[in-house]
Amino acid sequence: MIEFRQVTKRYDSDHTALRQVNFSLERGELAFLTGHSGAGKSTLLKLIMLMERPSAGEVVVGGQVLNSLPRRQVPYIRRHIGVVFQNHHLLFDRTVFDNVAMPLEVMGAPARDTGRRVRAALDKVGLLSKEKMNPLQLSGGEQQRVGIARAVVNKPPVLLADEPTGNLDPQLSADIMRLFAEFSQVGVTVLIATHDIALITELGRRTLTLDQGRLVSGAEAWHG
Amino acid sequence: MAESPNRRKAPFRGAKAARSPLGQQASSYFSHHRKVARDSARRLRQAPVASLMTWTVMGVALALPVALMLLLASLQGVSTGWESSARVTAYLAQDVTLDQAELLKQTLGNDSRVADVELIDRDTALDEFRASSGLEDALDYLNDNPLPHTLLVTPSDGSRTADGVQTLFAVVEGMDGVEQVQVDLGWLQRLNAMTELLGRAAWALAILLSAAVVLVIGNTVRLSIENRRDEILVAKLVGGTDAFVRRPFLYTGAWFGLGGGVVAWLLLQLSLWWLSGPVERLSGLYHSDFSLNSLTFDGILALIIAAMLLGWLGAWIAVKRHLDDIEPGEIAGG
Repeated sequence: MIEFRQVTKRYDSDHTALRQVNFSLERGELAFLTGHSGAGKSTLLKLIMLMERPSAGEVVVGGQVLNSLPRRQVPYIRRHIGVVFQNHHLLFDRTVFDNVAMPLEVMGAPARDTGRRVRAALDKVGLLSKEKMNPLQLSGGEQQRVGIARAVVNKPPVLLADEPTGNLDPQLSADIMRLFAEFSQVGVTVLIATHDIALITELGRRTLTLDQGRLVSGAEAWHG
Repeated sequence: MAESPNRRKAPFRGAKAARSPLGQQASSYFSHHRKVARDSARRLRQAPVASLMTWTVMGVALALPVALMLLLASLQGVSTGWESSARVTAYLAQDVTLDQAELLKQTLGNDSRVADVELIDRDTALDEFRASSGLEDALDYLNDNPLPHTLLVTPSDGSRTADGVQTLFAVVEGMDGVEQVQVDLGWLQRLNAMTELLGRAAWALAILLSAAVVLVIGNTVRLSIENRRDEILVAKLVGGTDAFVRRPFLYTGAWFGLGGGVVAWLLLQLSLWWLSGPVERLSGLYHSDFSLNSLTFDGILALIIAAMLLGWLGAWIAVKRHLDDIEPGEIAGG
């Protein structure tokens, strides 16, 4: 579902964020992406999200090579990728429901589908009762779950998470990881960038480790 | 998660639900437009003072050139009135007899450019002169009547322009037996030149002020883009197209235009009401039926539509300049 072929990303200032990264994630696979700050985790996610383009090599998502994709096609690729951020990027000028509905709104989904699917996503993260509230009224963990509901509401085949448990206590982190595991069980490819080592060892999943832009472990498919 | 987003539902669908995917797309597209239009209008209402100020700036900028154009239209009405009284006076040679003069009158009367020809024979002319000049006694000392026969030619409707009268002038001048032709074209041409100048000035003003309106709206929309930065970022992240992201701002521009157009119209009506009294008195003193034109219904509609287009254009420029700068690249941390 996600494949990196000899991907190098160099920024203007002689700073190389990724060096010849090779890996591939299958459909329904859940993997962690780890490494020190500045090791290139965010760059890797940005390449999948088409926020950045690789300097060399190919990034393939869902069988589509992203390198040569014209700019106006970018939104249509992003609709197939759900993203969860550490600081969740919720909008505080609208309700939880409207926040979660945004991916459907940009797709032009009919109103009756929107209601049904938003409630399904909120139900999944256990926040169905709070759909009419403003995200500001929610706790950090709840806000993060709203972010997850928004990322999965249009049932994307790929889910990316950038430090999704960064500000949460271990109990909430475990809850959220369980959610991600459930998504992968129904066929979603999940890639989670984190440096929460405890969490990774606990779940015992494939782990891609970046060090100064090189993929030092997890490049081969995980068996176990 | 396994089901695809547009999975077929149960084969039993109500007639209402069984619309084609294309029809459904279109209907959700239009309902989204309605939603965005409503939402943009609501945002303007939420900042009434700022919105009102923008509307007023736009209104003043639009009212000025429109007022000038209305004045121009009123003046053209006056000049048309005056043109209808333009007549060509042909003084015939002394040796032309009354019969020959009658013949000339008939020839001219058959010309399509001529509405009416009046012949004033020299005796009548002398009588009139005697009566109006107060020189009765002096005139009695003359042996001969020094005045020629005169033809007063009134141009037909089609020829009541400066050019038409000029042509007629040449025709009459070229006729046998006509010694001198007079027509007071000078003031007509001056008036025409003046209205033309005023017309161009109005257009220049209109273009300059339209540009100002576009810039004002562009700047206002730029601020609103800054205020909604997070929303734009999220919309782009979840796969909003450029058109989707642009739409609310274009509607904002159009609503600014609508408000500005209405304010311009109100300002025009107000000035007209304020000026109409003095204008009536003035034209009364000149025995003229001159009055200031007000906007017709079509004119009001055109004004408001033009204002909305200008607002839309301003928003479009701002969006083009600033929306591309907001890319979700900076959103994820190091």
